[in-house]
Amino acid sequence: MTPIAPSPFVISETAFALCLVLLLLAPLAIAGVALINTGLGRSRSAAQSLLGSLAIVAVAAIAFALVGATITGNPLGAPGSTGHTFYLAGKPWNWLGAGPLLLRGFGSAPFQSQLALLFEFLAVALAALIPWGSGTDRWRLTAGCAAAAVLAATVFPLLAHWVWTGGWLSQLGVNFSLGAGFLDPGGAATVHVLGGLSALAVVWIAGSRRGKFPKEGFSTAMPGHNAVYVLFGCLLALVGWLAFNVAGAILWLHAPLAALPVTALNTLLSASGALAATFAVTRIRFGKPDASLCANGWLSGLVASSAAAGIVSPGPALFIGFVAGIVTPLLVELLELAVSIDDPSGAISVHAVAGLWGLLAVGIFASQSGQLLAQLVGIAALLGVILPLVYLLFWLLNRVVPFRVDPDGERIGMDLHELGGGAYPEFVIHRDESYR
Amino acid sequence: MKYAGLLVMPAGFFLTVAALVLFPDPALRAAFVLCGLAVEALGLAVAVCGHMEARGESRP
Repeated sequence: MTPIAPSPFVISETAFALCLVLLLLAPLAIAGVALINTGLGRSRSAAQSLLGSLAIVAVAAIAFALVGATITGNPLGAPGSTGHTFYLAGKPWNWLGAGPLLLRGFGSAPFQSQLALLFEFLAVALAALIPWGSGTDRWRLTAGCAAAAVLAATVFPLLAHWVWTGGWLSQLGVNFSLGAGFLDPGGAATVHVLGGLSALAVVWIAGSRRGKFPKEGFSTAMPGHNAVYVLFGCLLALVGWLAFNVAGAILWLHAPLAALPVTALNTLLSASGALAATFAVTRIRFGKPDASLCANGWLSGLVASSAAAGIVSPGPALFIGFVAGIVTPLLVELLELAVSIDDPSGAISVHAVAGLWGLLAVGIFASQSGQLLAQLVGIAALLGVILPLVYLLFWLLNRVVPFRVDPDGERIGMDLHELGGGAYPEFVIHRDESYR
Repeated sequence: MKYAGLLVMPAGFFLTVAALVLFPDPALRAAFVLCGLAVEALGLAVAVCGHMEARGESRP
């Protein structure tokens, strides 16, 4: 398949209706990730985890409406300002969007602008939710909401403008003859890599759960409390991802209707390849397939498909998922055992690394010359600008709103400490032997 | 050490941008973009090492 370079386009009524229906299904990706995060945490933090997910989605939407949408700017071809540009070596560098304040004129905007904004609202909610799972069992609800507001108001809009709404990364093809510019139709960079790198920043700042890494011996196993939530969350996520990837192909690649079934098929194949690979890897490593790692593998295939599903053909899509499924369980293990990173949801491996792999794979399998270099420049921007920026913002935020709960709160559980009641009041919560 | 690593990473990004601006030749441009990514990888490795050192010191 040949991606179509970003250019002004007018959406047909059929495509508008289809895209709107897809965007109404996209929140299932958010629901799936929320369930996965909750299931991978401990039972005494389950209610706080799900309430936190709701609160983060709400805060991200409000922050994006108040500030973020203005910074993201209008899609290419839409009326209004194209953003802030400076010139370097005779080339324009569009680095900041300039959309209308407080969504003014949204109702009368062209169809494609309305859909693009709705897509961005859902994308920012998902991006803000990803780090919540990594901070589970010790990240305070208030701090999680504050971090979501910071992401939705500053970093996500900046990146979304660079990638989707005519920013310098999307214009690499026009200005430097690098393929069709940086391609990320489903949000692998803007949602998943951003979310995964934010998760890394949270883990670095909040630290690990108490007792996770004892002074002597290996790290303590703290398995998720509900594998059914996790696996059902994976099924819900598939529907959401299909919606995100197909809607993204319409909006950001201007794909014709005939190309959309392949995009959906690629999404499914990528996830399937990843699950098969993770199933095999964990079967070989542990003698039996591991449910939570298989869920991580499935999700990593979906994440990798976010970049590639609208661009590659089915064979490469399966291969991309397969590679993601091999790397993810090994990386989850490596980060915990060798690097002492306590990431309960595996968001760093699943969202950041699989997202980066998907973006790289687009460059490898795309037909245009220079596409690989465009993807590498985008990856360099993610690692060289977005990670340090997110870390700096979260580090400053941690001074104002401390991320980590006090030791007593961690001992009794986030549900009792922050909400005053547990998720499973009729169940006996056993003493945690890992707490020393 | 973690902060040093995180400070090195933008340097890699600026190397990548400089490659785009300074080198019209595709091979040279690609080489410098890869160098920029290598610098970023080095910065990330230093930051991770800093995290591991800090974890070792604070273990209960």
